[in-house]
Amino acid sequence: MKSALALLKKDFSSEIRTRYAINSLGMFIVVTVSVILFSIGNEKINEYLTGGLFWVVVFFTSMSGLSRAFVSEEERGTALTLQLLAKPESIYSGKFLFNVALVFSMNLIIAVLFSLLFEMFLFKNLLLFVFAFIVGNVGVAASSTIIAAIIAKAGSKGTLYPVLAFPILLPLILTLIELTKQAMDGNTVSDSSVELAVLFCYDVIMISAAYLLFDFIWKD
Amino acid sequence: MAWKIFLFVLMTLVCIAGITFPIVEEPSKWYHFPLIPGLEENAKIIFFHVPTSWITVIAFLMSTLYSVRYLRKKDLDDDSKAYTAAQLGMIFCILATVTGAVWAKFAWGSFWSWDPRQTSIFALLLIYGALFALRSAVDGEEKRATLSSVYSIIAFVTVPFFIFIMPRIMKGLHPGSADDTNAGPIVDFKMNSNMQVVFYLSLIAFTILYYWMWNVGYRSHIVKEKLQKQIS
Repeated sequence: MKSALALLKKDFSSEIRTRYAINSLGMFIVVTVSVILFSIGNEKINEYLTGGLFWVVVFFTSMSGLSRAFVSEEERGTALTLQLLAKPESIYSGKFLFNVALVFSMNLIIAVLFSLLFEMFLFKNLLLFVFAFIVGNVGVAASSTIIAAIIAKAGSKGTLYPVLAFPILLPLILTLIELTKQAMDGNTVSDSSVELAVLFCYDVIMISAAYLLFDFIWKD
Repeated sequence: MAWKIFLFVLMTLVCIAGITFPIVEEPSKWYHFPLIPGLEENAKIIFFHVPTSWITVIAFLMSTLYSVRYLRKKDLDDDSKAYTAAQLGMIFCILATVTGAVWAKFAWGSFWSWDPRQTSIFALLLIYGALFALRSAVDGEEKRATLSSVYSIIAFVTVPFFIFIMPRIMKGLHPGSADDTNAGPIVDFKMNSNMQVVFYLSLIAFTILYYWMWNVGYRSHIVKEKLQKQIS
């Protein structure tokens, strides 16, 4: 756990030094949202569509940003050193925590932008959306971290990342879109407890599977 | 040899029974199928469509089991077995999707309507596609085997969501959906006994056929790998 936190700290300081993720992901979000705005034009879109578009933007931003966790190690040639210094479990935890932080900050920006730019992006029950948002972000981070590790070992093929991650993230995203609709309709948390339970199960299953399998990817 | 003849007889029987046995309103003879309101002649898809999707999942399960075995024992033969199972699964997955879509045009009015089960078969297609994309992207057979094993295990843990959870909590058109009034086990819904017999025979026949194809497939794959090593 200690080495996981050290790894997290190292990633943070290297992030603050280069500001790669902050700059490029911030711009990516702005570009994607403005493409959506241009394509909508003066059209009046209904609220369910904004909910769906929100998760589309989240998916593509994650796909462009989260693969860096392991790809950057391979690019800088530091993967071998990391292999010597820390246990695979703590490496996965460190990268996972960093990606959780990244996903949360990214999605908060997207959510704020959406609520500013789309007047239909309104929730009758904000609490349910917040729950779904938190549990969903952890799920996105968990599965994209393990896929990022696979990609880094497969020779950092950037186009492969969304291809591999999409089927894994699909149950999560479908449930999240469903929950977003329900939050817009004003369902209470207990009304949507089944969907929240599905999300929670997904998180637990993904994190434990990733912990078990990371060992095999990481050791060459 | 005997079981190949058995398979031939079984498959012929299923095809003849599934296609030619008449559907009548009041079954009186042993070969009569009951009329299911709303489905009529379309009901016969169950003898061919359900086994193909069943094989899709079985093939995926086998691919995952052999992936687990590969990760434990690092034996490349297990990887060949997993790969062949995935290849066959892809073929049956396409068959299930196409038969389902053609049937849906006549029974539900459109080729594709994003029913939860259609979504899940689509996701399975994507998973198989991603698996082959990953395999072709990695050089070095041990690395390829490890990475694709890990990916197929990760993909497999999401399959219960597609097959068991989503179709039951979401509204859909397939039997067994959340808003289905005659909810219950999908198989025995409104089928009479002879329909069930043909259905189960069809499942058995398809499973044997799959097993045979897989057996031939993985052995030829192993031989091919060995020959390639000898040449280089």
